[in-house]
Amino acid sequence: MKKAFEIIDHASDVGIIAYGTDAEELFSNAALALFSLITEPESVEEKLHLDLEVSSEDRDSLLVEWLNELIYLFDVKHILFNRFDIENLTHNELKATCYGEGFDPMKHKIKIGVKAATYHMLKLGKDGGGYKAQIILDI
Amino acid sequence: MARWQGQLVKIDDYRWEIPQNYKTGMRVPGLIYASKEMLESMCEEQTPEQVANVAFLPGIVGYSFAMPDIHWGYGFPIGGVAAMDIKDGVVSPGGVGYDINCGVRLLRTSLSEAEVRPRINELINELFLNVPSGLGSEGKIKVSQKEMNQLMVEGARWAVKRGLGSEEDLDVTEEGGCLGGADPGKISDKAAKRGMPQAGTLGSGNHFLEIQVVKEIFDPHIASIMGITEIGQILVLIHTGSRGFGHQVCTDHLRVMEGAVSKYGIKLPDRQLACAPIASSEGQDYLGAMACAANYAWVNRQCIAHWVRESFSKVFGKSPEKLGMKQVYDVAHNIAKIEEHTIDGHKLKVCVHRKGATRAFPAGHKDTPRRYKEVGQPVLVPGDMGRCSFVAVGTQKAMSESFGSTCHGAGRVLSRGAARRSMKGGDVVRELEHKGITIKAGNISSLAEEASQAYKDITEVIDVVHQAGISRKVAMAIPMGVIKG
Repeated sequence: MKKAFEIIDHASDVGIIAYGTDAEELFSNAALALFSLITEPESVEEKLHLDLEVSSEDRDSLLVEWLNELIYLFDVKHILFNRFDIENLTHNELKATCYGEGFDPMKHKIKIGVKAATYHMLKLGKDGGGYKAQIILDI
Repeated sequence: MARWQGQLVKIDDYRWEIPQNYKTGMRVPGLIYASKEMLESMCEEQTPEQVANVAFLPGIVGYSFAMPDIHWGYGFPIGGVAAMDIKDGVVSPGGVGYDINCGVRLLRTSLSEAEVRPRINELINELFLNVPSGLGSEGKIKVSQKEMNQLMVEGARWAVKRGLGSEEDLDVTEEGGCLGGADPGKISDKAAKRGMPQAGTLGSGNHFLEIQVVKEIFDPHIASIMGITEIGQILVLIHTGSRGFGHQVCTDHLRVMEGAVSKYGIKLPDRQLACAPIASSEGQDYLGAMACAANYAWVNRQCIAHWVRESFSKVFGKSPEKLGMKQVYDVAHNIAKIEEHTIDGHKLKVCVHRKGATRAFPAGHKDTPRRYKEVGQPVLVPGDMGRCSFVAVGTQKAMSESFGSTCHGAGRVLSRGAARRSMKGGDVVRELEHKGITIKAGNISSLAEEASQAYKDITEVIDVVHQAGISRKVAMAIPMGVIKG
């Protein structure tokens, strides 16, 4: 099985490369990569779910907006997610159900604070039979 | 990353030009302040390419500048300065950065190393308790939506009005701690929601609170005006910015700028340089929102300075006044400002983007605070937690050459990942303890990212700006106690 994502180094920050057999899986794996940077994903249980709708100008910026929405939910509502059902994905709109639980300092280790997904060195495209994306995160 | 292969023309030992014809589309040349050795590592990192890319932006005047602490950033390099004519130029959120008005504030004390060293653990623990820090840290001050709207407009004064500091602090804060033109109407609900719980917090990452000991005074006259008079004197340096609030403001407006780039037909070599004409509604909206975030950051440092004074007062059993805890200065290092500069003998209003760069106004300038009118505006340049920090002042040379700007810090040489792989957080703590530096951090494992080895040597950085004449060094201090979020 092909890996879902990898973490890459960037001068003062960190980047992710996500893979997917289709665009839906790509978006889901990018979100998993994000939360694997923030915490240990195994420590997160599915205790709540949230329906999200994100829209943007194009597919590339939709990926940035999607991750920024998740960063916002962690920063303000302190929710950690570990599963994403991408229900509808067009070139500029996304609907998803996200599963996870509220941050519990006794249970979850926070590894780094991710503050924003950026457009810097952003790449999204076909890769062999599937999709691949690179996003740099500001931490 | 492949080594940068472009052409660099040596102007003198500390100035290197990227000619305007390096890339078609550059509107001005690039100018890098660096020693020959530093230039080598910059080329390894490809940073000169980013300096050249910034030169594409409409309305840029003079040069696209790079300070010696430059490193690879998003679109704009960190350590970059670019001034755009307000008539036909652009403003770019990337030229300010995500952490709007990330900056530093320096307090002096009348305490000596001999008085503080025996109690350093107690003091660090007290500060750790009193100053909210760490990931997702929430403030001791509870800010309602109405208060958030006020603090975005009033800046540091909002905190002073609540008894957190004094009028005198405002006199020695860049812009008096309040950037004009703040428009809370341009702040999204999301940004406000991220900002409200985090007001008055230090945060995490490279932000810190440091107790320092003065080790060297290069200019005793200027130092004495700052209240720095003795070797062994204790200083406190606070480094923080606008937290999640600034990040959300940048994120929100970058998205707007994405649309503006095609609307105004702006050609860019990198999407992260997204911008809009200063005079456009998109440009004005960003400047109004950016000022809100800048003011939020000044509130942050104002609150933290107050709790630092309280903590010292508790440990030493004397009032902050008796301990001589006066503010030396507070300077922004991620900001865009409308300023008047003289270019080719003509006065011109420009929007100066300083991203990882510090304002360095000279003696006599109208915006240099009264206390420093005769010597120039203080420039605070923190190094990494294992080496040292410098205090300098702005110069006429900076005013005439670099839009009154200089360096802001050490600048990274190792990525966070590379730093983590080369050492462990625990080893960093032991290494610092060996040097006589006590550290307390919310997250020990991420400390390796901030180790000395991950940064350039600040002494080399300051020597370049001193020798180039864009600031003059005044004093050097080393850390004794550090709090990291």
